[in-house]
Amino acid sequence: MGQYRDIVENGLWKQNPGTMQLLGLCPTLAVTSTAVNGLSLGLATALVMAASNAAVAPVRRYVPDEIRIPVFILVIAALVTIIDLSMNAFVHPLYVVLGIFIPLIVTNCIVLARVEAFAAKNPVTPSALDGLMMGLGLTLVLTLLGAVREFVGKGTALSGIDLVFGAEAKAWVLQLIPDYPGFLLAILPPGAFIGLGLLIATHNWLEQRRLAKASMHAALPVAQSH
Amino acid sequence: MKALLNNPVLKHAVVTAAILVVFAAVGTLLLTGTYQHTRAPIAASERAAKLALLTQVLPSSLHDNDLLQHRIMLPAAPLLGQRQASTAYLASLAGQPSAVILEVVAPDGYSGDIKLLVGITVSGRLSGVRVLTHKETPGLGDYIEVLRSDWIRQFDGRSLAEPPPAAWAVRKDGGAFDYMAGATITPRAVIRATRRALQYAAAQHALLFPQTSALAALMPASMATPSPRPLSETATGEP
Repeated sequence: MGQYRDIVENGLWKQNPGTMQLLGLCPTLAVTSTAVNGLSLGLATALVMAASNAAVAPVRRYVPDEIRIPVFILVIAALVTIIDLSMNAFVHPLYVVLGIFIPLIVTNCIVLARVEAFAAKNPVTPSALDGLMMGLGLTLVLTLLGAVREFVGKGTALSGIDLVFGAEAKAWVLQLIPDYPGFLLAILPPGAFIGLGLLIATHNWLEQRRLAKASMHAALPVAQSH
Repeated sequence: MKALLNNPVLKHAVVTAAILVVFAAVGTLLLTGTYQHTRAPIAASERAAKLALLTQVLPSSLHDNDLLQHRIMLPAAPLLGQRQASTAYLASLAGQPSAVILEVVAPDGYSGDIKLLVGITVSGRLSGVRVLTHKETPGLGDYIEVLRSDWIRQFDGRSLAEPPPAAWAVRKDGGAFDYMAGATITPRAVIRATRRALQYAAAQHALLFPQTSALAALMPASMATPSPRPLSETATGEP
């Protein structure tokens, strides 16, 4: 059980792909102009990561070291294409929203990184969980970054939600600051870099505080025993 | 072959290559199967999506024929911004030509081509304009998409004379069209392309609205409800 707990903790916090491993930054920076965009791409990535980790883990023993990267890429690309085609055929409205992101996922190095670092060495269940949790960790960062950029750039929350839930959802969009003139920098790519930098700093700060607290707690009993 | 398998290095290479081939073959098989299974639903949903898009540009009250059936290929036309042949969808209402939908390219956007679908009625009015694809700046120039703002709807009902030629521009340039601060290159390109499409439709009226005389002559006078004649899908020459 402890193993699964570690996997969840690593994916969501300790080794968060977005703020700690800094992998998969291309889509992180490109599509996070709104929270809805970030969430959508994040969930699609999490799905692909869980599936590709689960697909690679059972065949890991049959793949010679020299060709593992081409084989992994082949598996990931085939899987993404299958998901892409199936979504297009069977859940078309969702595909219209996420469609452009799906092929992008193949090029996202976080997918290959988790296959290589985890699924190539572990059984199916933990591998699938690792993919899912790393994906959800990335989703958290993408959504947060999207929300911040959207708020600073446009003064809104949930804009674009109608793309996911249909036209009636347009009423859910909140104009948090009335008559906001807009702050272009936040919406353009530099805003993504700055926003990500701030997120990383926050993560590091929280982590250091947590560690400092933990070491203080650890130190106390020792001091008392003397 | 025997020598090959006796050499450990070569043997390893051959086995490795064989494994790679097996993975590639399995992957190809899976993709082939998926493609075969999804081809028909994808074609159906793409057709439905295309029809939905055409109906956005041309309300269904203005036509009663199957637009995807009645289309012609137009030769490359500078007025449409097309360097290659493009499709025109011919709409008719009760057998009479009622409108046409043109595929138009605005080549002078902020970044890359802006592809438009422009609906024009037989009287030369715009029934609707929609952006198909563009590469304008997200959050800045993308208000030309109908999903993001109603900007594109201000073309509805316009014609070459309304507003007058000089006013086919954004307000900043003394024209009649609104724009949003921060992005004027994008709306300028769309406005110009739409106006050029209207000019094209005016110049090619006979081709785009194949007239009554030609159509009616082929139909028996006794026919109570004339049905639209399917037009050939072959490329028409320069008119």
